[in-house]
Amino acid sequence: MVFTDVVFYTLAAILLFAGLRVITTRNPVHAALFLVLAFFTAAGIWLLLEAEFLAIALVLVYVGAVMVLFLFVVMMLDINIDKLREGFWEYLPMAGTIGLLMAVEMVMVLGGKYFGATKAVSKPADYSNTAEIGRVLYTEYLLPFELASVVLLVAIVAAIVLTLRDRKDSKSMNPADQVLVKKQDRIRIVKMGAVVEVDPSADTTIEEKK
Amino acid sequence: MEMLAHLFGSWWPAVQITGWTLIKIVAIVLPLLGAIAYLTLAERKVIGYMQVRIGPNRVGYFGLLQPIADGVKLLFKEIISPTASSKALFFIGPVLAIAPAFAAWAVIPFDGTKVLANIDAGLLYILAMTSVAVYGVIIAGWASNSKYAFLGSLRSAAQIVSYEIAMGFALVGVLMCANSLNLGKIVMGQSGGFWHWYFIPLFPLFIVYFISAVAETNRAPFDVAEGESEIVAGFHVEYSGMAFAIFFLAEYANIWLVCALATTMFLGGWLSPFPFLPDSILWFLAKMCFLVFFFLWFRATFPRYRYDQIMRLGWKVFIPITLVWIIFVGGMMQTSFGYLFH
Repeated sequence: MVFTDVVFYTLAAILLFAGLRVITTRNPVHAALFLVLAFFTAAGIWLLLEAEFLAIALVLVYVGAVMVLFLFVVMMLDINIDKLREGFWEYLPMAGTIGLLMAVEMVMVLGGKYFGATKAVSKPADYSNTAEIGRVLYTEYLLPFELASVVLLVAIVAAIVLTLRDRKDSKSMNPADQVLVKKQDRIRIVKMGAVVEVDPSADTTIEEKK
Repeated sequence: MEMLAHLFGSWWPAVQITGWTLIKIVAIVLPLLGAIAYLTLAERKVIGYMQVRIGPNRVGYFGLLQPIADGVKLLFKEIISPTASSKALFFIGPVLAIAPAFAAWAVIPFDGTKVLANIDAGLLYILAMTSVAVYGVIIAGWASNSKYAFLGSLRSAAQIVSYEIAMGFALVGVLMCANSLNLGKIVMGQSGGFWHWYFIPLFPLFIVYFISAVAETNRAPFDVAEGESEIVAGFHVEYSGMAFAIFFLAEYANIWLVCALATTMFLGGWLSPFPFLPDSILWFLAKMCFLVFFFLWFRATFPRYRYDQIMRLGWKVFIPITLVWIIFVGGMMQTSFGYLFH
């Protein structure tokens, strides 16, 4: 057994454990955190395969951004956990079929010969995975790549358009207006004499009222 | 040595590498811990003088033993965990806050040869590590089972995710200029005197990066995650003793980290500002301390931003600035002025 094998099996064990806990743990926040752990260990396994760009992108995008926002939402939801767990047997056939389909697909993609953890083809030390991906993306796959980015952009704009509503009770301010405020707009300076002459007749009326 | 080699057999090379790496890690982390401890003193002193006070001067000459006294005091305090808190997560929170701040140092080049891991995707690694740091705050806030802590962690999560985008875009400009993600190569791309450093052609990006760095580290004037005037102490309100101290260590470790990064990316790392002076690690440390001073200065100068203004600044000001400047740099590279941006 080589050192990398030990690392692989350790990471794989953690990954499987984390994956299992995602669906078995009772608390949705814990489930999301186990998913983070699963992503992180998966990134570790990719690093073993010398796919450092994919590994770091996984941590950067999924752990660093997607899961943070996911946790953000899950933490704020007031979820009744017991209600979520109802109807397990009812959904089982459906879930089983989907699971089976996914398993079959994975077997078809990977094929039998790859199951005996084969080594990644080692590249020379100066080989840069990142530069290579960049080169391929912007030359051979330029059109699909740009198409994908346009689709993402449309999705971003659509998400904003669908959810952005101008609330009537919103008290948001326009910073440009705030900066341009002059002191004349806000205060009025009144000139007053230091001594105010008291009208003797006014004084007597107050006393009479008392 | 021979005996050890025999004992481990074919594993000996792996054991050797691990051993050496551990020694190097200790050689980086120990001075870093010292720097963190004395940054707390420096902050109190600097802010003290700015407010016409003396600052701590009781423990040791010039208050030099103050950080140690603080550390010992916090070490002996009881750690209380709230009754309905999520116990395991409550203690994982501080660990997750400080671990990425240390882990990111792995790829920072102190010198032409002194770097723990000289990897090609160094910049990506840094971005990944700094984006993981937010988990400490989120988990701590949620696990505390307290409304103040929870609000603090939500604010912090939204703020850090927003400013990460501006920060990432600012670094895109750097890697366009340097043609590499390797931090050592980025520094070498700036060789030949301070007028070759990237902060000149990328000045808007440098400013955006530095302000985003203040926001990322949750420092004043962007410290709404703590916001003691609104939500007591924010995400660490339920923490005491050493668990609380670790959040503070993480904050100061992050300050050193972002300053080291700004030095590497924009201020030429270990390179000397004038070609006739020798390059050395001392330049790196001096530039880093210079930038750290700004953090202390900001804290003594600016009032806290309002939360919606922070969000506006991040999304509506910084991200457009970085996008425009990236396109500008890319366009200029195609013209005869391209040499200015390399």
